[in-house]
Amino acid sequence: MEALERARAVAATVTDPEMPMLTLADLGVLRDVAVGADGRLVVSITPTYSGCPAMATMRDDLVHRLQASGFDDITVKVSLHPAWTSDWITQRGRNALAEHGISPPGVAPSGPVLLSLLPIRREVSCPRCQSDDVSLTSEFGSTACKAMYQCRACLEPFDHVKEI
Amino acid sequence: MTNLNNSDANPVHHEPHESVYDGLLVNDAHWAFGTDFEDPLAGVDTTVPDGVDPAELATYCVMLADDALIASQRLSQWCSRAPDLEEDIALSNIALDLLGQARLLYARAAAADPSIVPAMPEGSPVPPEDALAFFRGDQEFRNVRLVEVENGDFAETTARLLIFSTFRLAILERLTASPDAVLSAVAAKGVKELTYHRDFAGRWFLTLAQGTDESRRRLLTALEGLWSLKSELFEPHAVEASVGVDPSSVADEVDLILEQVFAMSGVPRPEVLPLAGIQRRKGRDGLHTEALSKLLAELQVVARAHPMGQW
Repeated sequence: MEALERARAVAATVTDPEMPMLTLADLGVLRDVAVGADGRLVVSITPTYSGCPAMATMRDDLVHRLQASGFDDITVKVSLHPAWTSDWITQRGRNALAEHGISPPGVAPSGPVLLSLLPIRREVSCPRCQSDDVSLTSEFGSTACKAMYQCRACLEPFDHVKEI
Repeated sequence: MTNLNNSDANPVHHEPHESVYDGLLVNDAHWAFGTDFEDPLAGVDTTVPDGVDPAELATYCVMLADDALIASQRLSQWCSRAPDLEEDIALSNIALDLLGQARLLYARAAAADPSIVPAMPEGSPVPPEDALAFFRGDQEFRNVRLVEVENGDFAETTARLLIFSTFRLAILERLTASPDAVLSAVAAKGVKELTYHRDFAGRWFLTLAQGTDESRRRLLTALEGLWSLKSELFEPHAVEASVGVDPSSVADEVDLILEQVFAMSGVPRPEVLPLAGIQRRKGRDGLHTEALSKLLAELQVVARAHPMGQW
């Protein structure tokens, strides 16, 4: 299955439209590249959040990149189960986020969902100066998957990818 | 002195072109929004499991989707009007999560029972999820009335979001065990999102209750006003009880969490009688307040004027 290996390698180079320093593979959004019974290439992606507006762009980017590499019969399908978790972001993805000023997520919560009336305590450090003296500005940021922080040491405002 | 020596009044030279947007529109994939509709369940196995009635499953999904769509539309009305930029973004984020849930649930409903989708003119490109959102009248909407009433002030939006997200989170947590794999997957994803929504509302509830005299006064007024719409959430409709989660089974848990927030905030539990239905018909039966008609008029007017429109 040399073609399949090649298709996987090509799909793995496609980047996230909103965080272009990350590939869809490193984000954990690219779930599978396979050849269907009818011989067509089937690529599976999963949304980070239910309302992720970038799904159509991800699909188009995957199709265009694969077509440019000689694959012409491509189906992109949605994979809903299991639900995306920030734990799927690879170490390479976490490094890329940090290098671009975005704080990578910690370990996603598991078990029963508890109400939390105090700000979520996370081990977050400033991606610019590495200080641990940071404050949460908002649990919601420029995209559904990020919270906003500010560093008290160097005053840099920065995004943090939320643990889900 | 430089003599431009240009007979044209405008010294800047322009290449002739059709539209200033030409260069931007070469590749539609640049645009994350509005280029085309993707089936949010593309490639997902939507076979209805044995023992589940497709029509009931579809109706139940529409109920859950309507709650999410109408709540989302109300939250979207805060866009550019919230007390500060962070809260503006937060409310828009929550609205987006709920809109995403609504899309998946409408698509699931349409796949389970295509007959639930309003008939469109021959050749209309409107996908089923949009037909359900834009081409049904108020009496066909199955949302609880709590989500449709006017936003009021920020305190009212906070109090409503607390009640609604606590309720929806409890339902979705149980739906992760639904025999329908699609509904179960949508619920599992929704649980993660609702966790953030409930915490956001709970924290603001506490802040407003313990803030200034004015913020506390407004919060208490808001809670008092919304409380009459709360009990409806837990009154089981036949469809809910049969194919989904019987909402009366989550009433105690929801109350416990609300009590927790009230206790921390120093807010007494309101004593308000439920808002009656008409001949016992309420939101889940398609009987709504006038607020829903106005909301739908704004939400649907463009789509309804262009049933053959390609967006």
